[in-house]
Amino acid sequence: MSTTQLMVKDLVKRNGRTRNSLMPVLQGIVQEENFLSEEAMLSVAEELDISVAEVYSTASFYTFLDTVPRGKNIIRVCKTITCHMKGKDEIINALSNALKIKVGETTSDKQFTLLTANCLGWCHKGPVMLINDDIYPDLTVEKALDIIGAYSQKPK
Amino acid sequence: MEKTLKKVDIIFEIDKSCSPLAVLDRTLQRPADEIILDLIDSGLKGRGGAGFPTGLKWKFTRNETSDVKYVICNADEGEPGTFKDREILDRVPEKIFVGMTICAYVIGAREGYIYMRGEYNFLLKSLQKKLDDFNAMLTEKGVDFQIYFKSGSGAYVCGEESALFESMEGKRGEPRNKPPYPTVAGYNNKPTVINNVETLVYTTMICHMGPERFKELGTTDSRGSKVFSVSGDTPIPGIYELELGMPLQDFINEFGDGDAKAIQVGGASGHCVPRKKFSDTIIGFEGIPTGGSMMVFNSSRSMYNVLHDYLEFFTEESCGQCTPCRVGCQQLLKGIEAVKKGDKPPAYLNDLKKLTATMKIAAKCGLGQSVGNPFNSIVDNFKEEIIY
Ligand SMILES: Cc1cc2nc3c(=O)[nH]c(=O)nc-3n(C[C@H](O)[C@H](O)[C@H](O)COP(=O)(O)O)c2cc1C
Ligand code: SF4
Repeated sequence: MSTTQLMVKDLVKRNGRTRNSLMPVLQGIVQEENFLSEEAMLSVAEELDISVAEVYSTASFYTFLDTVPRGKNIIRVCKTITCHMKGKDEIINALSNALKIKVGETTSDKQFTLLTANCLGWCHKGPVMLINDDIYPDLTVEKALDIIGAYSQKPK
Repeated sequence: MEKTLKKVDIIFEIDKSCSPLAVLDRTLQRPADEIILDLIDSGLKGRGGAGFPTGLKWKFTRNETSDVKYVICNADEGEPGTFKDREILDRVPEKIFVGMTICAYVIGAREGYIYMRGEYNFLLKSLQKKLDDFNAMLTEKGVDFQIYFKSGSGAYVCGEESALFESMEGKRGEPRNKPPYPTVAGYNNKPTVINNVETLVYTTMICHMGPERFKELGTTDSRGSKVFSVSGDTPIPGIYELELGMPLQDFINEFGDGDAKAIQVGGASGHCVPRKKFSDTIIGFEGIPTGGSMMVFNSSRSMYNVLHDYLEFFTEESCGQCTPCRVGCQQLLKGIEAVKKGDKPPAYLNDLKKLTATMKIAAKCGLGQSVGNPFNSIVDNFKEEIIY
């Protein structure tokens, strides 16, 4: 059994073998592997005894349940109006230049994916970005670059 | 009865002499019907946007016969400009847990869920421990009720109650037809109370302070206070609990930067109020109801950009299940772009307004039905900015 299959088996065991566990199981996979591979979805379908079309149909609905490969660190910069007014474009441009990728792309070393997101719920402290589960409010270009720098230092 | 701006401290109040747990102990000794009467008497309406009377919601669910019922706390908070539920979750989570437990006692539920947007997962680091302690305390007291966290995965529409149930059941977050309402068939098709985070805290506080003191605040149609999320062109952005029923002019005197030309009340799906209407617009269910989002725009801002941003938001977040909303949002967005570029005449805006009227009737859920709110209020009040 592959590591993905073992992980799925374990997630299903912990969350329960019912359709209601589908979201936590898919979320658990994304936590480990950054996205939902075909193998992972096939394995979920088998473990939960539902059709793989159902798994894909659910996964493809949710922004955070990616079905295409993503980097280890997923950056989501808020693009909604108040963050826009506070200068999210400069932040996005700076990150894009520093990482040498456009919004929606992943760096070749698979360390970072740069995305935008709808309102992250920090309008009083914009601009703001989410990296994986961690939130960084009150951004300036310098701050954003420092934060990315710190992530690149982390062990791969 | 017109009110003036008044700051209050109920939601975040930390009363050393009476902890949320003490409120719980006291309330669980009271007959359930009496608690419902207090809530109805208090006039508390849901703080998630739709404003349904909370006491009635609990009563309807209590009256359903079913072995299994659920209490769900809606912490999906995705409306642009809203961030108060996050602050409540972070600062006074016990008050939420207590509100849910009182609700469970009233309706007869053994399981409760907090559905929290995935964007707030970082809160779980501290919240999960607090919830574990609370659940253990309930077990110790012999209260047959446990609460669990469920995470969203980045879909605004999952804040709509029936879409939220679908998501919890492992499906696409597509809103259901109503009726049946959640009080009859909600999560797992069982009778369910679903309340906003803030609503649940107010139920705890009404059990604490009594309906009389709550009723003293606000107006006949809008009892009590509400937590507002203030952002945009304001020197003091943040979270404020204010008495309901104040004119928007009072609000802007306190929070504006002196140059406000419009306030978007109620988030992207709310209404845009221009400066000339500040004095005669009341914040409350009799005027403009709101989930609490107040975005201030000063005269340096382009209202075309604001509307464009909102329409882009709805186009992306529409679940796509029904045509009036899926295609309607796209056409509204393309439509204002075409008018701006001069590809369509200004009169085309009238056609687009008719489209929003169709969406209001034909869309399946509140998302598609309310796109006309920002569209019409911005187009009507700032037509020149949309055209030129
Ligand atoms: C598109 C859409 C999104 C919604 N998002 C939320 C939300 O994030 N939080 C919330 O409490 N209610 C939200 N609602 C309202 C809920 O459907 C529901 O009315 C509310 O949770 C009921 O709680 P209350 O009675 O305490 O207000 C949303 C409604 C719609 C149509
Ligand atoms: S109105 Fe929009 S969001 Fe609501 S069900 Fe229809 S397509 Fe989905």
